[in-house]
Amino acid sequence: MAAPELDHKTYLDPILARYGHAALHLMQILREAQEHFGWLHPDAIDYLTEQLHVPRTKIEGVASFYSFFYLQPRGRYRVLFSDNITDRMLGSKALMDRMCRNLWVEPGKMSEDGLVSVDFTSCTGMCDQGPALLVNNIAITRMTEQRVDEICDLIREQVPLAQWPAEFFRVEDNIRRKGLLLEDGFVPGSALQAAFAHGPEGMLDEVRASGLRGRGGAGFTTAIKWESCRNAPGEAHYVVCNADEGEPGTFKDRVLLNGYADKVFEGMTLCGYVIGARKGMLYLRGEYRYLRDHLEAVLARRRERRLLGANVLGQAGFDFDIEIHFGAGAYICGEESALIESLEGKRGTPRNRPPFPVTHGYLNQPTVVNNVETFAATCHIALKGGAWYAAIGTARSAGTKVMSISGDCARPGIYEYPFGVSVRQMLEDCGAANTQAVQVSGPSGVTVSRAEFDRVLAFEDIGTAGAFMVFDDSRDMFEVARNFVHFFAHESCGFCTPCRVGTSLLKNLMDKLHNGHGSPYDFQEIERLNALLLSMSHCGLGHTACNPVLDTIAKFRPAYEVRMLHQEFTPAFDLDWSLQAARQMTGRDDSGAHLHNEEEASR
Amino acid sequence: MSKTFTLDGKDVPFRDGQTIIEAALEAGHYIPHLCHHPDFKAHGSCKLCTVKVNGRQTASCTMQAAEGQVVESETEELNSERRALTQMLFVEGNHFCPSCEKSGDCQLQATAYHLNMMTAHYDHFFPNRPLDASHPDFLLDFNRCILCSLCVRASRDVDGKNVFALAGRGIKSHLIVNARSGKLADTDFSAADKAASVCPVGVILPKRRGFAVPIGERTFDKQPIDAYVDTRIARKEE
Repeated sequence: MAAPELDHKTYLDPILARYGHAALHLMQILREAQEHFGWLHPDAIDYLTEQLHVPRTKIEGVASFYSFFYLQPRGRYRVLFSDNITDRMLGSKALMDRMCRNLWVEPGKMSEDGLVSVDFTSCTGMCDQGPALLVNNIAITRMTEQRVDEICDLIREQVPLAQWPAEFFRVEDNIRRKGLLLEDGFVPGSALQAAFAHGPEGMLDEVRASGLRGRGGAGFTTAIKWESCRNAPGEAHYVVCNADEGEPGTFKDRVLLNGYADKVFEGMTLCGYVIGARKGMLYLRGEYRYLRDHLEAVLARRRERRLLGANVLGQAGFDFDIEIHFGAGAYICGEESALIESLEGKRGTPRNRPPFPVTHGYLNQPTVVNNVETFAATCHIALKGGAWYAAIGTARSAGTKVMSISGDCARPGIYEYPFGVSVRQMLEDCGAANTQAVQVSGPSGVTVSRAEFDRVLAFEDIGTAGAFMVFDDSRDMFEVARNFVHFFAHESCGFCTPCRVGTSLLKNLMDKLHNGHGSPYDFQEIERLNALLLSMSHCGLGHTACNPVLDTIAKFRPAYEVRMLHQEFTPAFDLDWSLQAARQMTGRDDSGAHLHNEEEASR
Repeated sequence: MSKTFTLDGKDVPFRDGQTIIEAALEAGHYIPHLCHHPDFKAHGSCKLCTVKVNGRQTASCTMQAAEGQVVESETEELNSERRALTQMLFVEGNHFCPSCEKSGDCQLQATAYHLNMMTAHYDHFFPNRPLDASHPDFLLDFNRCILCSLCVRASRDVDGKNVFALAGRGIKSHLIVNARSGKLADTDFSAADKAASVCPVGVILPKRRGFAVPIGERTFDKQPIDAYVDTRIARKEE
């Protein structure tokens, strides 16, 4: 039964009022609407269409793009298990199966009574304390069989989420090694005072002298970005902090925002001072929704202390404030132009570039988009100077890097190192034993094998966004790569042909190998697809989607060879498997309901 | 003196603000393309028009032409990649040319012929995409959609209606229409819309008009797609 329209108006009106009835804020409006009602009801969309003066297609187009928006009922409790390889290694699949059995639901489908749905989602950034999940978009860590059973009881008894044990929601920082960024004792406002003493151009000179490069992975020189933006003509300039930390295995921004939010916001304010912006926006991934109250409190405190607002710290004419925008489950929004599209209330499709955001960004105005860690680092540059900062790290990689370490090691968590640290050193520090491989910088990064452990983290060697996933000898590197390939297929935005279709073809090829139908022919196909994705894709997602497969083929070929049961070619089609639906319908699974050949019988 | 770049060694004049494909088509040089249309804003999604500009691959529909650019298009490398993209579009949807009213007038089919595509190569996805026959005069067969967004752009930018939009993400991307029911009959779509005639494949088709032009006498039966360059659209609407 459809709820009467009046119900939707009641909760939508205050949300619409808060966002000035502006379609620009569609993402935030949809998110809040859904928090009230659980999903986006067609009546609610009717009302939003009328109130925001946008076509229905706009709202449905946006809502259907993001994983966390629902156009169909999904249950009053929506459970999403994090599906990173590190969660898998900690047994997430068995825990999810247990929950589905307990609650009598099928993965991805709502229970008959509309109470609950259980599904997978991409990495939730809790790799150091997994297996993790989200319930109604709030993070729960350290899942065990016991915790699964407790959660099932709470759901069955329909206990409101607010009354669930606080222990479930505890997220540890797990800081294991501190460098300059993670040192305590930062005095809010001190970096701004220092910047004001330098003046905007002087501050830019310090950033230039520091050699600081972006910490989001690409390593673009920060000073060039700031300077281009500062020099670009426009009605307004904008500062955007990219906290859409979606690269599987990365969770350092979560910790920076939890423990060092003042430093991040102050870095954004510094940037605003340099480029002449009045507005900053923090784009926070939906998975970190639980951080909202904390971050809003930090912003409120900064406004009280006049570190934000009109005439910041009495600096006449420098007005600056920061808003928080939430993503809704789309890895692609970590790409800066897709992020800006999302900020503008649109589907997160990367733009055609040039022009770049520094000249045509948010609302087509000059915009700096930097990573959380980049902004935090600028505070130290303001305080101690660019030359001091440049002396830390290596020649072409100044400063420190905060690393998120997870996987097979005794002490997963956050480690800050000066650039130039070796993989071997990091493995030793985190207590890793019998390590066969490390995935640096997530699925789009590089698989480092044992022979390469003396390589160092630096833009000169292994550039990194901050993920460091450790795999010991017991792990099957083929399955690691397959997990990453599934991730890319799930997160491809679908805009361009090569990535939309190519990532799915690649996924099917990896599944084919997994199912025992692999042959040398499939290797060639994978290589062909890689070349195509690399040269034809619209953005970095497509360019890097084959990395994990090519790296593991090159370095862990035996993991593939054991799956090459066939000499020439064998089709992916499996007659027995294709009868699965029929078996399910008839409730049969006896041997008479299966087709066997000799090969399968021997397996 | 007009500015020029070279395309496969031939000089191509351009005006400021033109993209490479616009200048090339205007000068009578065909570059394979599906989502590009001279009447609409560039989209840049099909990637078939990818060329090498000074050695670097980029979509020619979004790349501005510039003086002295060295552009390569008709190379075996690029055409083989274009062929692979075309094969991807074929396996992603359900394209059964012999039973399609658009056969012979279809740009996807004509492009496949042009690129010497002999098989689909990849395994078919066989997606389940129901038809929409709700409208009295038009039929939507989503099986053939290649997500070029030409109908989206035509409806929004020319008709001022927003009848069509892209929804979903990744391989689940799909075309939707502007109605709560999801049915074309409940939109303000009409046969006079630009969007009604812009589909390069066989998604948006008029009802009760089949085989008005016999197979063998259709647009691309007469001459291959590269012979039409960019005048083919005007000719088709005559």
